Amino acid sequence: MGWVSGNLPLIGDLTLQHLYFALPPVVIGLVLAIPLGWLANRTRVGRTFTINVAGLLYTIPSLALFVLLPPLLGTRILDPINVIIALTVYTVALLVRTVADALSAVPPVVVNSATAMGYGPLRRFAAVELPLSVPVVVAGLRVAAVSSISLVTVGAVIGFGGLGQMFTDGFQRGIPAEIVTGIVLVLLLALVVDGLLLLVGRFLTPWDRVGRTAGRSA
Amino acid sequence: MNVFSYLTDPAHWTGSQGIPVRLVEHIGYTLLTVVIALVIAVPIGAWIGHTGRGGFAVVGLANGLRALPTLGLLVLIVGATGLGLLGPITALVILAVPPILAGTYAGVRNVDSAVVDAARGMGMRGREVLLGVELPNALPLIISGIRSSVLQVISTATIAAYVALGGLGRFIIDGLAVRDFPQMIAGSVLVALLAVAADLRHAGLQKLVVSPGLRAAPGPRRLRAVPSKTPDAAHAA
Repeated sequence: MGWVSGNLPLIGDLTLQHLYFALPPVVIGLVLAIPLGWLANRTRVGRTFTINVAGLLYTIPSLALFVLLPPLLGTRILDPINVIIALTVYTVALLVRTVADALSAVPPVVVNSATAMGYGPLRRFAAVELPLSVPVVVAGLRVAAVSSISLVTVGAVIGFGGLGQMFTDGFQRGIPAEIVTGIVLVLLLALVVDGLLLLVGRFLTPWDRVGRTAGRSA
Repeated sequence: MNVFSYLTDPAHWTGSQGIPVRLVEHIGYTLLTVVIALVIAVPIGAWIGHTGRGGFAVVGLANGLRALPTLGLLVLIVGATGLGLLGPITALVILAVPPILAGTYAGVRNVDSAVVDAARGMGMRGREVLLGVELPNALPLIISGIRSSVLQVISTATIAAYVALGGLGRFIIDGLAVRDFPQMIAGSVLVALLAVAADLRHAGLQKLVVSPGLRAAPGPRRLRAVPSKTPDAAHAA
């Protein structure tokens, strides 16, 4: 505990840095995955192709991907932007499949009703199919966010910032308290973000609660 | 293309720090870890799935693992055990157990109860049911647990080069130390190829060991979850 109280400013800085690396990929990844998932869901071939490519990308170990992106994209090799891009790639790879599954699980009756009420494809997607996909997409998003928060620490091995620096620094200087503090903080961040996403998901789907209560009374 | 010349340079393919040795080391750590994890996880997962006790803990453990920073676990354990094989392998086993445990548990738990009843009706005892019916039926999920476990270990063994383990991660860490970027990139290419190859192998393993009678099952189930008619019907309407 002595180490923690003596290093509060450092811990605060590293935590903020960590969130700066971990959270934008989740948001960007979600924004990219929705249209891609929609496209994947339109044809069987597109679906197979997208899911296989996503699976392949998700297979690549994070440390390798951090190093492989610069030659592929022309970024500088130790530029922090590589971490953000790599984590975005993982988020998209995970969510494309989730979005496609969620969209395909929307009952056809509902989609047809919307069409019959005069909804065009775009409006139907935004007002009917996407909202009904929220519970499944949020579940995927929670997994992506938690993985992202945990994976940022790997970047510390090749000199990127965030809470992972407490692992490399604690290891090199032999301060177990620093390492443990880092692990606890990463777990806490993951828990908090996971909980917030759960709440956002509930907030976005008020009909789910109505349905549950109605079901119980009926 | 410096990376290409790094990979094609014969000097990098021989000696105790050459690519073949590092590759074999990496595969060796992965096999050792996964075998230990199997010995621990399959019996426990099968028992929990068979009795239905403690399932909540298994699922929680597998989910919690996603949040656990692998680098933190590695440096914490190696800091305690000192450099060498014991520390990193212990950390790798800790990371490898939950996916196999969850896969075995879910596999045994989800065996059609009619199948289990039929086995009992034929006079099979609890142990026979578990070994002869539940485990073979659980194989697809056990193998997918092994699959994520192997990927996790290949990935973390790369990071373990930071705590002086051998394997392909050495090219990334050693390359960084002398700012030899082609070496780092070559190492990353090899790690990525190894991971993809391992993943494809498991797809093959799945085909090889899973009973043909089970193979047909996921098809219809998947069709129901993803009705192929949905988009077309919607567009027609």
